[in-house]
Amino acid sequence: MAEPIRHVEHAMGTVFSFVVRAPRTPSVTAALAQAVAWLHHVDRVFSPYRPDSQITRLAEGRADVDACDPEVAEVLRLCAEIGHATGGAFTAEPGGRLDPSGLVKGWAIERASDILHRAGARDHYVNGGGDLQLRGEAAPGEPWRIGLADPHDRSRLIAVVSGRDLAIATSGTAERGAHIVDPRTGRPSTAMASITLTGRHLTEVDALATAAFAMGEAARTWAEAHPRIEALAVAADRSTWCTPGFDGLLAAS
Amino acid sequence: MRRMLITTGATLAGVTLLLAAKPHRAAVLATPPPAPEGGPTTSAAGPADGAYRGDSVETKYGPVQVEITMAGGRLTAVRVLKSPSESGRDREIAAMSLPRLTREALAAGNAHIDAVSGASYTSDGYITSLQSALDRAHG
Repeated sequence: MAEPIRHVEHAMGTVFSFVVRAPRTPSVTAALAQAVAWLHHVDRVFSPYRPDSQITRLAEGRADVDACDPEVAEVLRLCAEIGHATGGAFTAEPGGRLDPSGLVKGWAIERASDILHRAGARDHYVNGGGDLQLRGEAAPGEPWRIGLADPHDRSRLIAVVSGRDLAIATSGTAERGAHIVDPRTGRPSTAMASITLTGRHLTEVDALATAAFAMGEAARTWAEAHPRIEALAVAADRSTWCTPGFDGLLAAS
Repeated sequence: MRRMLITTGATLAGVTLLLAAKPHRAAVLATPPPAPEGGPTTSAAGPADGAYRGDSVETKYGPVQVEITMAGGRLTAVRVLKSPSESGRDREIAAMSLPRLTREALAAGNAHIDAVSGASYTSDGYITSLQSALDRAHG
């Protein structure tokens, strides 16, 4: 078996790692280029840091949704759905200003993965800043194996999960301090060091991970009741909990 | 093998495991690694065996540097070369840096991961991430 195609791309203020287990055919190569171009397109449209992005113009009242790309309305609709599903623990307006970043990255990664899949590259993963969409297998008969970084020392792993068509997203304080604010209280969420959610689609899983982190201790009951989601959390005091179904994701060593 | 979901604190059992794993680690690391920058680093079997060292990066806690070891296309060890602090406690944590799961898998001889999930990293944070080390090892 030939080595998979690998690509590392800086975009959206972070780094995206592509691993595509497919022959380097013209259609696969073109799809990878298209997926990379897509990420930069999303950055141009959705970045709250770019003065001329559509999101910035919307936030400042210099444009309305109808004047934006159709994807903007789609993202705002998805944000509203996640906000509703989490009892307000997720919002497209953290801090009172329009910023759908909590959903956009996972959504962009899942779309990038779809581009590859449509081109016939059925075995791949896209990792954007620590959030992953997996498709297919790492090798024939072998699922992907993903290490979960220890939030207290990210050179260590706390667990390894395995899966085929699986989305994995982790929210935490490890990189940027207490940066996730509970929209319901306006205060930074500090009960957990990190929470990892798994599911099928990264659009949902990534946004829900942000919401679950904001929930703090209430995330456990919420995650256990969610039919499509499994969760593993590490508390600030280093204790851990996981949903009963998470056990089935742990990779055999 | 489902007992591996653990708290991250250093336990006596963990220390014992680490010590037990050390000779094996040393043996892995003692194998002269092919120079990663010299010639092709990949083959049909995967990345070349050997140690891959990340850049040392200044963080607000101090310099951080990690090294991973690949053997047979698989991640078999993680070492912290520089720890964030000189305090005894942090050195102890650094000494425990080989993931418990990896240690257990090392004993079984078949540890490997394809990617890493963790709290979102920035472009700067990527440099010291395990995902970066994996990308580099296969680059």
